[in-house]
Amino acid sequence: MSTLFEEVRPSDGGAGDAVPVRRVELTVNGERRAADVEPRLLLAHLLRNGFRLTGTHTGCDTTNCGACTVLYDGVPVKSCTMFAVQADGHEVLTVEGLATASELHPIQEGFKDEHGLQCGFCTPGMMLAAKALLEEKPNPSEDEIRWALSGNLCRCTGYQNIVKAVMWAAEKLGANVESDGADDAGDDAGGEG
Amino acid sequence: MYPSRFRYEAPSTVAEAVAMLAAADGEAKILAGGQSLIPMMKLRFAAPAMIVDINGIGGLDYHRSDPDGTYRIGALCRHADLEKSAALADAQPTIAAAAPVVADPLVRTRGTLVGSVCHADPQGDWASVMVSLEGAIVAQGPNGRRSIQVADLIDGPFQTVLAPDEIAVEAVIPAARGARAGGYLKLERRVGDFATVGVAVSVEMSGGSVARAGIGLTAVGPATINASDAAAALVGTALDSDAVDAAAQLAAEAAQPRSDHRGSADYKRHVVATFVRRIGAQIQRSEQEAA
Ligand SMILES: Cc1cc2nc3c(=O)[nH]c(=O)nc-3n(C[C@H](O)[C@H](O)[C@H](O)COP(=O)(O)OP(=O)(O)OC[C@H]3O[C@@H](n4cnc5c(N)ncnc54)[C@H](O)[C@@H]3O)c2cc1C
Ligand code: FES
Ligand code: FES
Repeated sequence: MSTLFEEVRPSDGGAGDAVPVRRVELTVNGERRAADVEPRLLLAHLLRNGFRLTGTHTGCDTTNCGACTVLYDGVPVKSCTMFAVQADGHEVLTVEGLATASELHPIQEGFKDEHGLQCGFCTPGMMLAAKALLEEKPNPSEDEIRWALSGNLCRCTGYQNIVKAVMWAAEKLGANVESDGADDAGDDAGGEG
Repeated sequence: MYPSRFRYEAPSTVAEAVAMLAAADGEAKILAGGQSLIPMMKLRFAAPAMIVDINGIGGLDYHRSDPDGTYRIGALCRHADLEKSAALADAQPTIAAAAPVVADPLVRTRGTLVGSVCHADPQGDWASVMVSLEGAIVAQGPNGRRSIQVADLIDGPFQTVLAPDEIAVEAVIPAARGARAGGYLKLERRVGDFATVGVAVSVEMSGGSVARAGIGLTAVGPATINASDAAAALVGTALDSDAVDAAAQLAAEAAQPRSDHRGSADYKRHVVATFVRRIGAQIQRSEQEAA
C-alpha cells in the first residue's frame, strides 16, 4: 500500500482547516491498489502522481480534450473531472492496462499499423474511448467511430488515421473472435481483471 | 488545477444526504455527474465546504413510464442512458432528440439530466426540453417532498428556488393527452459544444390537432425561456405551416439573445424561428409517414 497524502498533496491550497484524508481502495488495470487521499485530489492525479501511471495524460484540465480518458467500470470518463475518492471500490483501466506482457492490444496495433498517432498526446484517451466503443459495437461504421471519439481532441492527425486504426482493430478483434475466441477473452482479462 | 479543500461525504440514502445538507448550513453542494460542478470548483468559481456525493445512492438511475404514462427520470440517470435508450424515441421524442447533442460522449457518460436542470445554465439543453414538456422536479428536503415545475424552478442564471437542504430526486413529465411528437435542434460551433441557439418543441396530437404544445429556448436569454405564447399559437391547429410560422415568429420575439462572438442577436432570433419551422416540418413529415 502506498500512502499518497504527502506525496500528491497540492501545494497551492491555503493553510486552511484540515480535511480528513480518505482511504480509497480500487482496482487499477486488474491490480488492487489503495491510497490515502485528500477528497479534492482528482482521479487523473492519483493515477499519474500517485500510482505513477503517466500514460493517462492531462491536456486541457478543463474537461474539454479527453486526453485524460480512462475506463471507470468499463465506461469512458474524463479522469480530470472525477475525484479520486469516487473511485473507491471501482475498477479503472488506463492505457497501461491495454497490452499484456507479450502482446499489444489490437487497438494499439491498429494505431501503430495505420499511423493513428503523431505526437501521441491524445492517443491513450483515444484508445480507451475506442475500446469502450468496440465492446458496445464490435463492427462500428465510420460515422459511429467519429461520433464515439468526438469527445477526444487531436491536434495532429486530422483524425483520418485514427478512424482507420479503430476499423483495423475492429477487424482484428472480429477475426480473433472467429478463429480463437478463448485466447481473446484471456487477453482482455489481463486488462480489466 | 485543484479545487479548494472540502469535506467529502458519500451517503447511501436520500434521507441521509438531506440530513448532511441540513447540517452543513448552506455550505454543502450535491455532486451528481460532476460535469459542471467539478470544472467550476477547479476554476474556483465554486468552493463548497462540503461535497455530498449522491452517486452511491441506489435506485436513482432509472428512466421509465408509469402505467398512466407519467414519465420519471431519476437523479442518477445519465445523459448517455437516455441517448442509448431505444424505447425513448417513441415515448419521449423531444428527450430522444436532445440526448445525443448534450455535450460530448465522455461528458454524457457521467452528466445527469436532473443535475443539468438544477445547474440552471442558460446554455443547458435539458431545462428547455423539460419546459417544453411541462416537466417538474421532485425535491426532497427535511420536511418531505414537493414538486416544482421546471419553468418555476429556474429563477435566474445558475439559480434555482431549491433550498440548500433539498435534493432533486427525479424529473417528472406528465402523461400526454394524445400522441407525442417533438424535436430538439441545436446550433453549435463544433460537435460537443454548448448551444449558440437551442430550440425544444413538444406537442401532443389528438384527433389531427394539437392538444398541447410547449416550446423551450436554450442560450438566447439570461435563463431558459418558456416561449408560452408561441406554444399557444399551435394549440388547436393541425400544425399546418401557417400555425407553425406564427409560432416561429412569436418564439423569435420571446428570445432575448445578446450579440457575442457566436453571432448577433438578430441572427440568433432568426435561428430560433428557423428551428421552430424545421421541427414543425419534421413532425408533419413523420405524421404523414405514420398515416
Ligand atoms: C465540455 C463540456 C461540454 C458540455 N456541453 C453541454 C451542452 O452542450 N449542453 C448542456 O446542457 N450541458 C453541457 N455540459 C454540462 C453537462 O451536461 C453537465 O453534466 C450538466 O450541466 C450537470 O449535470 P451533472 O450531473 O454533471 O451535475 P453536477 O456537475 O454534479 O452538478 C451541477 C449543479 O447542480 C447541482 N445538483 C446536481 N444534482 C442535483 C440534485 N439531484 N439535486 C439538487 N442539486 C443538484 C450541484 O450541486 C451543482 O450545483 C457540458 C459540460 C462539459 C464539461
Ligand atoms: S485533461 Fe481531462 S479533458 Fe482535457
Ligand atoms: S497525435 Fe498529437 S494530439 Fe493526437
